[in-house]
Amino acid sequence: MSAVPTAAPEAPAVKRAKKRGTSAKPGADKGFVFPTIFMLAFLVYFLMPLGWLLIASTKSINDLFDSFGLWFADFNLFDNISETFSKDDGVFWTWLRNTLGYSFISAVGAGLICAAAGYGFAKFEFKGKNLLFWVVLGSVMVPTTALAIPTYLMFAEIGLTNNPLSVILPSLVSPFGIYLMRIYAEGAVPSDLMEAARIDGAGEFRIFWQVAFRLLAPGFVTVLLFNFVATWNNYFLPLVMLSEPRWYPLTVGLAQWNSQAAAGGGATAAFNTVIAGSMISVVPLIIAFIFLQRYWQSGLTAGSVKG
Amino acid sequence: MSQATATAAGPTTRRAAGRRKKKPGSHGAAGFLFTLPFMVLFLGLFIAPLLYALYLSLFREQLVGGNQFVGLDNYIDGLQDREFTRGIGRVALFLLIQVPIMLLLALVFAMILDSGKVWFPKLFRVGIFVPYAVPTVIAALMWGFLYGRDFGPFADLADAINVPPPNFLSESTMLFSIANVSTWTYTGYNMIILYAALRSIPTELYEAAAVDGAGAVRTALHVKLPLLRPALLLCAIFSVIGSFQLFAEPQIFATIAPEVIGKGYTPNLYVYNLAFSDQRLNYAAALSFLLGVVVFIVSYFVMYASRKQEER
Repeated sequence: MSAVPTAAPEAPAVKRAKKRGTSAKPGADKGFVFPTIFMLAFLVYFLMPLGWLLIASTKSINDLFDSFGLWFADFNLFDNISETFSKDDGVFWTWLRNTLGYSFISAVGAGLICAAAGYGFAKFEFKGKNLLFWVVLGSVMVPTTALAIPTYLMFAEIGLTNNPLSVILPSLVSPFGIYLMRIYAEGAVPSDLMEAARIDGAGEFRIFWQVAFRLLAPGFVTVLLFNFVATWNNYFLPLVMLSEPRWYPLTVGLAQWNSQAAAGGGATAAFNTVIAGSMISVVPLIIAFIFLQRYWQSGLTAGSVKG
Repeated sequence: MSQATATAAGPTTRRAAGRRKKKPGSHGAAGFLFTLPFMVLFLGLFIAPLLYALYLSLFREQLVGGNQFVGLDNYIDGLQDREFTRGIGRVALFLLIQVPIMLLLALVFAMILDSGKVWFPKLFRVGIFVPYAVPTVIAALMWGFLYGRDFGPFADLADAINVPPPNFLSESTMLFSIANVSTWTYTGYNMIILYAALRSIPTELYEAAAVDGAGAVRTALHVKLPLLRPALLLCAIFSVIGSFQLFAEPQIFATIAPEVIGKGYTPNLYVYNLAFSDQRLNYAAALSFLLGVVVFIVSYFVMYASRKQEER
């Protein structure tokens, strides 16, 4: 089990499905009906808000108030989208770009840092290693939002607030990523291979970069994805750190539009841009989720099984 | 928890140790260097802010004479601050209600998916997990609209059958409405963790139970559930930490229902308001610390309770 940590979670599953194959065909078993209905009922609950968001983003501001929420009225999706992108001199573009930039840099950075550190923890012995590792793991328990305000105060002292670094730097620290990469490296990088490379005269850094990193790639992608989504979805940290809209990510920007719209009240309020903006910021992630499923599952498998 | 880690890591570590005996002291420094980038960031962005907050929390800004050392006064004030302690009480209540419901749902979904006795398993797996991709802020915005009287479908339905629209954002219902947003967002995440853990249970164990004549439900309760304990514990701890961090939902709902959500509705909201509206940075630092301590104690208690359960 320890030899195949995360790369092939499908393998045992497939084997098992085959073993139970006799009753796996639809219609073969009455026992399928109740669980399926039960799950369908909950699926409706989980998908309803997203369905509402899609429908609402096609409505004009008047139809939002007047028509039934879960069905279409006149189709104004493209008007809403262009209004969203042109509002406040196109600040939505800036927010979208910021979100992408923060998420991408944080994800790649954290992925590399975690891969290196996980490899170091897994494949080497050095003084104080276990103590360091447990301190890092223990830090998972400190609420990140409780940390954000002290970090803000410290950054304010050295003049680092209200710029992209103030969001990116804290996002690079991912104790959970270190934990995943350590477990992954333990299984994925054979010590014999490292030894062979050493005998061939390769330096430690070259061994990591040219031999081990390739083997670590699936784990790296998992950490990268987790961090990308965490940064994309982060609200508290950028809210605390940033004071100018030109640095905002989507989450902070949309929340601000929403409070403006709520303060405006009535039909004059630009809720349609809040809704269309929300839709635009949710759709890319949902698509990524569906297509990159394998990596989510493998990452969470490592976390739960070895946890 | 540690047991699983130990068995999983066992062979590799032992081999590594064996090799080290042959070549004493080799490569250790390189290992430390690989962890160095992380350690530098960890020191600078985790340890340093905590120490700085600890330092700040011991001072108080005075109208005359600038900052003054006040020892633990901020902490004593914090423990006596009704706004703060009531916020903690509120999230504790939230935790007691929301976390069990969410974990139970996640557990049932995972068990059903794992049993193989359901059509379209992939659809359910993805469909229930997808809300996790939605940023909390946007989830709160969406549900805020759905709850609302202006364009929420629930209000529309109530209108259609001529009953007064339900008020999801009143004093008495707010906490449940927030709990619903959290449940919606995180049930799928927990389901996937539990499902993944179930998949890793060797089939032989099920087969043994089946041979002994155990039905699906009995297998679930007596074979699968005990084996899921480490994964459930992980989910519970993450949920505890998440509950104490509640911020986006109450902050967004405060724009719709300002009369219900005061500045101390959750501890996090309170600390944020103290720091940024009231400029009481020293006090905010002390409360951040207190909050961290509370989370630590509760998480530890959850782990302890789980271990006690295991011993029995």
